[in-house]
Amino acid sequence: MSLLWRGRGIPLAWLLLTRQPARLTIALAGIAFAGILMFMQLGFRDGLYDASVTIHKLFDADLVLISPRSVSSIGMAGFPRRRLVQVMADPGVAGTSPVHWNLLLWRNPQTHANRSILTLGFEPTDPLFTDPALRRQSLALSQLGRVLFDEQSRPEFGPIAKWFREGRIVETEVVGKRLRVAGLVSIGASFGADGNMLTSRETYLMLQPNTPAGSIELGLIRLKPDTNPEQVTARLKGMLPNDVRVMNKQEFIEFEKNYWRTSTAIGFIFTFGTAMGFVVGCVIVYQILYSDVSDHLPEYATLMAMGYRLTGLLAVVAREGFLLAILGFLPAWLAGEGLYVLVRTGTKLPVYMDAQRLIVVFAMILLMCLGSAAMAMRKLADADPAEIF
Amino acid sequence: MASPSVAVVGLNHWFGSGANQRQVLVNVGLQIQPGEVVLLTGPSGCGKTTLLTLIGALRQVTAGSVRVLGEELKGSSRAQRQLLRRQIGMIFQGHNLLRCLTAEQNVQMGADLLPNLSYRVRRDQSRDWLRAVGLGDHLGKLPHDLSGGQKQRVAIARALAANPRLLLADEPTAALDSRTGREVVDLLKGLARDQGCAVLMVTHDPRILDVADRLLCMEDGQLTEANGPDAIQ
Repeated sequence: MSLLWRGRGIPLAWLLLTRQPARLTIALAGIAFAGILMFMQLGFRDGLYDASVTIHKLFDADLVLISPRSVSSIGMAGFPRRRLVQVMADPGVAGTSPVHWNLLLWRNPQTHANRSILTLGFEPTDPLFTDPALRRQSLALSQLGRVLFDEQSRPEFGPIAKWFREGRIVETEVVGKRLRVAGLVSIGASFGADGNMLTSRETYLMLQPNTPAGSIELGLIRLKPDTNPEQVTARLKGMLPNDVRVMNKQEFIEFEKNYWRTSTAIGFIFTFGTAMGFVVGCVIVYQILYSDVSDHLPEYATLMAMGYRLTGLLAVVAREGFLLAILGFLPAWLAGEGLYVLVRTGTKLPVYMDAQRLIVVFAMILLMCLGSAAMAMRKLADADPAEIF
Repeated sequence: MASPSVAVVGLNHWFGSGANQRQVLVNVGLQIQPGEVVLLTGPSGCGKTTLLTLIGALRQVTAGSVRVLGEELKGSSRAQRQLLRRQIGMIFQGHNLLRCLTAEQNVQMGADLLPNLSYRVRRDQSRDWLRAVGLGDHLGKLPHDLSGGQKQRVAIARALAANPRLLLADEPTAALDSRTGREVVDLLKGLARDQGCAVLMVTHDPRILDVADRLLCMEDGQLTEANGPDAIQ
């Protein structure tokens, strides 16, 4: 304890900052602005990635089969349904479900404009989804020509949800065939699909009569409890020909995210935006710290003349940078949370604050402030105690 | 008698280099004993301040010998000089207080240089020094709110708070009116004497020459000893 007391001194960095409230306010506004910019850019980017897998996350599956020619949810290729039957031969497999997956043209019943909608076709009785409510609703699809419409689809598909709730019979055309909405589900639009619709296999084949016989786009595999998924995956890979790919659910999700990350400009655009925020912040903090050091140069020189070590004074500037980082991060965090709510309501993107992003943005702000402090320190070399007499 | 606080022998100093080189100190020699108050006068530009910065370990000695508090400064390293400066109190023409610190905190910046003292002891000592210079009622004021004389007194308290064994002052009364100037110098002398601290003060102010034990006069980089306070008047 007494050692602590011995080390304690005047909190010079803190006083330098707080006794100049105008300069501190500008510095904090600049840092917070940079932080908000980074939060928004990273939020949009990760939100777009997450939105692209909202459907993938719904499936109740341990492993999935897809065609190696599939590139993403907006480019799913077919593979023979027989492969799922072969999979059933493995002792670890409890059940399988075939799924048709395609983008079809939906006609807005109000404006008669066509728009692509992501369509899943499956056996209504299959336990496709983890959500029991969704499973129950699927049963309504057993009648031919019925669909479940995603109420979170973009408004361009028409006021389907509103009409349906009003009790009207909502009918429209999909690729020229008349369909009736049997219910509403809540999934969420993504970057690839503006809306979603669920239907039975039978209805799907009616809409897409040219589908090759026995061809599906996705095979879901459920394993028996107490089986090791990795062993089953290895067995299946050995057994199945190379016209299918075996992956677990997480890999399926990453496969989709990876498409948006690597094959589109999203990653670049938003990472670039984040970098811009970082640079803007650096410039502001550097300006503030540099002018702060310049203004106090005679005082620093005085301290050196009194016998304070240069490294001790450099530490004061570094501490100023550190304090600025912490004080600037807090308002950025609060504003970020608020703006995320706005983004969620405005764009329906799943943009949420998570610990990882908080750490990333704080680390960037810290780097920004300490880096700028390090640059501003060079000015301290100009403090010559011999010049102050 | 103990060894002198300051012993300068054959000190030469130049500014600039090549054709622009100009000698500012020519074969300067002087000694100051502990507890002695020495005043240094002379026309401006004669090298007084340069001598002060050399003795104060603020500048590298290039030719001649300067021993301060037993340490040879010729060939000393930056770190040696920085450590030695902790034992030298300095009072500047401008007060050079830290604008963002209160009077008490400014003085404590001096006391904080003392090793192995708890924060509380250092703070109490700082307050005692401020009371000693008559500013017991202004502990929490910022330099901005103090008068010129008060600021200079805070600067003196700060210099003395580090328990220096040598005090260097460069025209400490230049910015003060004659009455406060007088007060400040008397205070300085009294406190330095109590501490057994040697004082070297550069001044132009003829009204304060009588505080000196010894008076030195500098002209064109050369030092001559005046015989008494009356010698240059």
